[in-house]
Amino acid sequence: MSWLEWLVAVLVVAGSLFVLLGSVALVKLPDFYTRLHGPTKATTLGLGAIVIASMVYFNFIKEELSLQQLLIALFLFITAPITAHMLVKAALHLKLKTAEHTSGKQNADL
Amino acid sequence: MTSIKKWWPTPVRSLFLFLVWILLNNSVEFFHLFFGLVLAWLIPQLIYKFRLVQPGMKNPTAAIRYGLMVLWDIVVANLQVVKLVLGPNKRLRPAFIKVPLDLTDNLSITILASTVSLTPGTVSAEVLPLNASKDEQRFLLVHVLDLADEAELIRQVKQRYEAPLKEIF
Repeated sequence: MSWLEWLVAVLVVAGSLFVLLGSVALVKLPDFYTRLHGPTKATTLGLGAIVIASMVYFNFIKEELSLQQLLIALFLFITAPITAHMLVKAALHLKLKTAEHTSGKQNADL
Repeated sequence: MTSIKKWWPTPVRSLFLFLVWILLNNSVEFFHLFFGLVLAWLIPQLIYKFRLVQPGMKNPTAAIRYGLMVLWDIVVANLQVVKLVLGPNKRLRPAFIKVPLDLTDNLSITILASTVSLTPGTVSAEVLPLNASKDEQRFLLVHVLDLADEAELIRQVKQRYEAPLKEIF
């Protein structure tokens, strides 16, 4: 394997690991608000790594110009925080329960 | 000048549409270039009357520097969040905090809120008060996964993210 292939492999594995951990966060964390942190962060980095791996693979190993992946990254960075924002807004509106030891609940009017 | 304005009411948006079209098709064949050009001309023609005028960038270099810094912070924030996720739930100190905003226009507040959501263990929830009048002090309501020191976090958000945004817009 050339070092480029190693790089792609490492990026894909690391990326998948982060996406997996983001999903673990969704299952494991105590309340709706904390669970949101998984998909907004870990998943962004995971998908970012996979996108970079894809770009390296197609541009340098297959040697065909391919920049489409930049769009995936761009839209991901724009949409992930907005999705999270809308979900929190809905949760606050419905006054979903927070984990017991959450501080500053009065700030959120909960 | 007037004819340029008439044909290309929002040149930056046209350029952006054109680039996105080329990237989507992943090809620079004549047909795609031509059709991209048509779309870049037609779409702004149809929609420019609906647009809300946003403030222009005062300082593009600062914007690029900001973008790179945020990318780096996303990586750091991710590692932190992964560590927190793998640790026991009991050790988390979740909290809602209010960050007072100096920014006033919607675009820069949106960018700040998005940045906060993507970085250090925080998700922005709301801009308060909901129906703020023009001169009222506004707050960003932020949910923190693991809060160590409220004042320190507020200072960090203001200094690291809000201050450069004030320079850009």
